[in-house]
Amino acid sequence: MNNHVLKVEGLKKHFPVRRGFFEKVIGWVKAVDGVDFEIAEGKTLGLVGESGCGKSTVGRLILKLLDPDGGTIHYKGKDISALSRKDLKELRKEMQIIFQDPFGSLNPRMTIGRTIEEGLRTLGIKDRDERNTRVQELLERVGISGASADRYPHEFSGGQRQRIGIARALSVEPHLLICDEPVSALDVSIQAQIINLLKELQQNLGLSYLFISHDLNVVGYLSDTVAVMYLGHIMEYAPSEKLFDHPLHPYTLALLSSVPGRDKPKGLETRELRGDVPTPFNPPPGCKFQGRCPLAEERCRQGEIEFYRVSRQHRVRCWKVI
Amino acid sequence: MTKFQPHSESSSEAPPAPRRTQGQEFWRLFKKNRLALAGLAIFLIFFIIAVAGLSVTSGTRPYFDPALVRLPEKLRPPLSRPNLEVLIPGEMPPLGMYVFGTDDLGRDVFSRMLQGAWVSLTVGFVAVGIAVFVGILLGGIAGYYGQTSITINHIFLFCLMLGGASAFAFGSLFPGVILLIAAIAFLYRSARSGKPAKPSLALAWLQKGATSVDTLIMRFVDIMLCFPSFFLILTVVALLPASIYNIMIVIGLTSWMGTTRFVRAEFLSLREQDFVTAAKALGVGDRRIIFRHMIPNAVAPVLVSATIGIAGAILTEAGLSFLGFGVPPPYATWGNILSDGKRFIFDAPWLTFIPGFAILIVVLSFNLFGEGLRDILNPKLRERY
Repeated sequence: MNNHVLKVEGLKKHFPVRRGFFEKVIGWVKAVDGVDFEIAEGKTLGLVGESGCGKSTVGRLILKLLDPDGGTIHYKGKDISALSRKDLKELRKEMQIIFQDPFGSLNPRMTIGRTIEEGLRTLGIKDRDERNTRVQELLERVGISGASADRYPHEFSGGQRQRIGIARALSVEPHLLICDEPVSALDVSIQAQIINLLKELQQNLGLSYLFISHDLNVVGYLSDTVAVMYLGHIMEYAPSEKLFDHPLHPYTLALLSSVPGRDKPKGLETRELRGDVPTPFNPPPGCKFQGRCPLAEERCRQGEIEFYRVSRQHRVRCWKVI
Repeated sequence: MTKFQPHSESSSEAPPAPRRTQGQEFWRLFKKNRLALAGLAIFLIFFIIAVAGLSVTSGTRPYFDPALVRLPEKLRPPLSRPNLEVLIPGEMPPLGMYVFGTDDLGRDVFSRMLQGAWVSLTVGFVAVGIAVFVGILLGGIAGYYGQTSITINHIFLFCLMLGGASAFAFGSLFPGVILLIAAIAFLYRSARSGKPAKPSLALAWLQKGATSVDTLIMRFVDIMLCFPSFFLILTVVALLPASIYNIMIVIGLTSWMGTTRFVRAEFLSLREQDFVTAAKALGVGDRRIIFRHMIPNAVAPVLVSATIGIAGAILTEAGLSFLGFGVPPPYATWGNILSDGKRFIFDAPWLTFIPGFAILIVVLSFNLFGEGLRDILNPKLRERY
């Protein structure tokens, strides 16, 4: 099992909450609180969860846009959690990100060609003509006419902008793409196109994806492995088919049964989730899901719940289901 | 999992929207705003008059001489013909008449207004230029690097350098040099250690963050805003030798606070935008992010406040000149023409009204233009097309 592109262990990010005149730290928001997963070469890991559970923070931690407070990130066997500025520059060519909002992710004052060109500068391509040719190639690759390189983002539709965002990410020839809800803001018909584009790119370029989404259908379609996240913890981690056919964690069950039009997992009554996700600010000890879990008992409120290994690839953070 | 059928058609979904650059779009909206257009037109006329005025009123033998005293011809009303019997040929007004009349020394008010237009224009632009420069610099630092904390270290170093420099400047060389050397040694030591490798416990408090850059800059802005700026300017001008450059600098240095707040706010929101994150992820440097991604997106409100600021600066200069603290006498400015004329307001009302109206119209045109710009640049106020 040494073909991991990315291996994350015990990743933590705690944001301080400050109040008052002296900005005293009155508590911590544990956005990411001990997350482990790995992504195999050329495969996709789907990261699912409700909004505010820390999925996007995980993406930004891996990209080193945020500094982790704990844990390690290994990229191709190399620990990248404490890198110097210069090494970081090398890392930028290896992994890239695609954003959710196609309107906020492109600079409105720059032509799309110039936007994509920035990655080529990072690659160190000095020759202007070569950069222009590469920009055209990248645009064609994502299905946009190369002649539109000198247009501004407002001249494109949402789906087209998302393609441009993908072209920008591809400009540095990365191996790992972090897709931060890339289709959530798009129409369903456009979603399909973007997802198929991502699949096609994965086949042709051998990319690995960390696919962050709250849409279980999309994640199920794209992912080889799925991690279900709740309030900074991974609750269940399993190969895609396993997770969808034999979900174990009560939260996963609730999520799956809330997808409209989906076959309900067998032998289980529908469990609608009540209430909202509690705030991650100073949570009570024990299982993070205790407040909304239909199976919660006294034991769930004491101490950290372990990550149980059900089978070789299936792990779940609940003691009741094993 | 059969929801996503592979699509067969090639992927460009829709033809892109009709070609329209931002410049064209801007102009199209601008033309609709009549008041702003009028403001721009008046501004352009004013600009041409000011530039032309400079060229015809300066030099050793100007065509329009604003300083030429014709005592027998004092307080002549506008459009009056010169009295040919008392004037020598060189003293004739160039247009054959006193277009705006003459003042109490018989100087041609039209020539003086021409000269004053240039003063107003330069004061407006230079003062606002200084204000915008300081504003973007400080606002940008506060917005982009604001969270960097200033440690007690830094404050100590700053005091050391300031003390050294001031001791040096006030003539006590020896302590000054000692302090400066100490400061440089301190700087060298902290620069060399790079990452502070666990300072000894006694010195640990030096590394403690006292405040953040953002707090420091924004509280300074608040302090500057506490002073009524006109009186601050009066105080400073009273201390400095009166010259047109000092006036510009002082007006500029007392009006940068609004711009700083604007720029900081814009930078704070832009910093969280996805395209900035994307640029960081691509390994684009800080400098390029600031100058290519953030400033172009932050200039719109700055431009608006600058335009309105020009009007404010012209008004402030006129006010200062009126009070006698402004540009010194050989120069005519609209403010001091007004000030000189107020003694004769009943005998020669044109001396007050002509510069007064000129100021009114120019300031109004800048304000209208600025407000038009704000409407056009604000996408929320922009009507859908």
